[in-house]
Amino acid sequence: MSSEGLVLRVEGLSKSYRIGEREPYKALRDVFTDALSAPVRIARGIRRTKAEPTDRIWALSGVSFDVHQGEVLGLIGRNGAGKSTLLKILSRITEPSEGQVTLRGRVGSLLEVGTGFHPELTGRENVFLNGTILGMRRAEIVRRFDEIVEFAGVERFLDTPVKRYSSGMQVRLAFAVAAHLEPEILLVDEVLAVGDAEFQEKCLGKMRDVTREGRTVVFVSHNLAAVRSLCSRALLLEEGRLILDGAADDAVERYLQRAGGARDSAVVEGDALDARLIKSRIYGESPLFRCNRIATLDEGGTPSVSFRSDEDATVAIDFTVLRTVASLRLLVTLSDANQSVVLRTENIDDSELDGPLRLDPGDYQSSVVLPRGLFGDARLDLNVSLISEVNQILDYGAVAELTFHFAGHGSNARGNAYLRPKLSWQTDVAAPVA
Amino acid sequence: MSAITDSAFGGERVTVLRARRGWAALDLRELWEYRELLYFLVWRDVKIRYKQTAIGAAWVLVQPLLQAAVFTVVFGKFGHLPAGGVPYSVLTFTALIPWLLFVNALTSSTRSFVDNQPLVTKVYIPRIFIPVAPVLSGLVDFVIGLVVLAGILAWYGIVPPLHVFLLPFFILFAIVTSIAVTLWLSALNVRYRDVQYTIPFLSQAWFFATPVAYSALVFPAHLRMYIGVNPMAGVVQGFRWAIIGQQAGQVGHLMLLSFGVVLVLLVGGLEYFRRVERSFADVV
Repeated sequence: MSSEGLVLRVEGLSKSYRIGEREPYKALRDVFTDALSAPVRIARGIRRTKAEPTDRIWALSGVSFDVHQGEVLGLIGRNGAGKSTLLKILSRITEPSEGQVTLRGRVGSLLEVGTGFHPELTGRENVFLNGTILGMRRAEIVRRFDEIVEFAGVERFLDTPVKRYSSGMQVRLAFAVAAHLEPEILLVDEVLAVGDAEFQEKCLGKMRDVTREGRTVVFVSHNLAAVRSLCSRALLLEEGRLILDGAADDAVERYLQRAGGARDSAVVEGDALDARLIKSRIYGESPLFRCNRIATLDEGGTPSVSFRSDEDATVAIDFTVLRTVASLRLLVTLSDANQSVVLRTENIDDSELDGPLRLDPGDYQSSVVLPRGLFGDARLDLNVSLISEVNQILDYGAVAELTFHFAGHGSNARGNAYLRPKLSWQTDVAAPVA
Repeated sequence: MSAITDSAFGGERVTVLRARRGWAALDLRELWEYRELLYFLVWRDVKIRYKQTAIGAAWVLVQPLLQAAVFTVVFGKFGHLPAGGVPYSVLTFTALIPWLLFVNALTSSTRSFVDNQPLVTKVYIPRIFIPVAPVLSGLVDFVIGLVVLAGILAWYGIVPPLHVFLLPFFILFAIVTSIAVTLWLSALNVRYRDVQYTIPFLSQAWFFATPVAYSALVFPAHLRMYIGVNPMAGVVQGFRWAIIGQQAGQVGHLMLLSFGVVLVLLVGGLEYFRRVERSFADVV
């Protein structure tokens, strides 16, 4: 393989933690009591055991890969698979236990937005502070200041302390600073999981721009749809090991398979459902609800992911309400491979339903029928969100890939369309031929 | 290591990350590259301090003035301690200025990693800046204190000796001493979180061990140089020597002893810091 344009090489990288080392900290008094009891232990012949191999947790073991200039690499895997550890090593936040990393060029890491933001400082001051923390030069920040402010849309509040900003504004400002970072290698962790949908879209757009500029990006995300659309290549990690290094689509597919159930399974529950959770946000002390199962059913109630356009398809969502929810929104969207939303429906779209959906604790099933005579030949991802009035959110992305086959009489010869609704046509004689 | 040839990574700015073992030198080039960050961290500390107070900068004046007044009454008037030919208030105020720099650094630097956790766990910056920045931000108060001191000297009509021009050197010494001590304490506090709770006690004990509220003249002349084991005694006596020309015995020997102690503390502190820094992100 050509070494030209090599910007990042990871060789046999491992990171272990001694069990207990991850405990937040020790108290000095523990050290004193240890020291005081030491003579007793020695007298009794009990020796303190040195950390043995079994006492260690390998957060990452023997990971090797190369990244070339301009590549956008996704890192996927379940929680605890080692994605964040890998990113932290690449960012120099923590040291590897074994192996090494060689990097060329300036590295910018975005493990969270707004690191170092101080509520007492104004927006302007925080831009400078946060920018330098992320590794920007003062001159660079001055040069791009207007752009940053415009992107965040906070022009009028620049000299207001950020503690008076809404949380959305804070996040926008923080992301704006980060987005204008210009390192040769950009490391990004889940920062897209912030802000409202509109802003997330803006962030994704910005990420796309960054990748088009030929910058090298390493991107950790649970948002499989984002990984598929942004990354050319992805690494799948499992229990600290590199399982697959290949095309992003393949890695996502493999991940979902390993998570239990491929994307063509019509009933998604348990681990497989968790793996598809791209965002969960819980405000307040505890969750109000949880989702148990998402299934797609044909007219006979049989699970299926393949439908003819002349039959109804049903999406059924099983969930448990843990504490009374004053209003629950259920949202189903279908999107194509480019993440364009083709169809969106919400349980509160129906004006007949008076008032919000108030639910007491218990198990529920909500379903929505995607009616016959709507789709053309289409292959669409099903996404489901549950949203409460206090903005607790569960977003499931690419839960299943649904295939619709056009079953009308028309032909597909002139090209396909996702939607091919059965509309009424009428042909009248406008003027008789003389 | 040999697996990577330089040709594969042609060009500059190549960084190799791997487990470091043994002695690690301070990467001065890196610190220089990040100098603007240090400036902003100091600037942030200063801004925040003054933003959150009602009378702002006035505290900087009130605190040492009140303390000097109390010491003058308690030690000078009631205790009849020697002042060495200068007004007691001048004696203590001269020492209070560097002392407050030190003790404020002790308080804020020790907690600095806990207070700035995201700067350790979410981003890479030269970590040594985190305890150093609060030391430097104390310089604003320090300079204001010096101005007040100049006013007091003028009031009493005391003219500093010619060697007052050596004062910058003692200021530097005060800063280095503060950094040397806080490197240890801040790093220890990451591991053993109760270090920060010992600070009030530690600073009080240290205060009485340092000739701030009293003159070094209280010690017998032949033992006086040994108080230099406490580097803050060296700092304080250096200030007195430079500003009011007070020669509390063998300043020279005392200073040399203090320099030596600080050098050991600093080198040891840097090394200890570099050693434990590796695991900060895993522990904080």
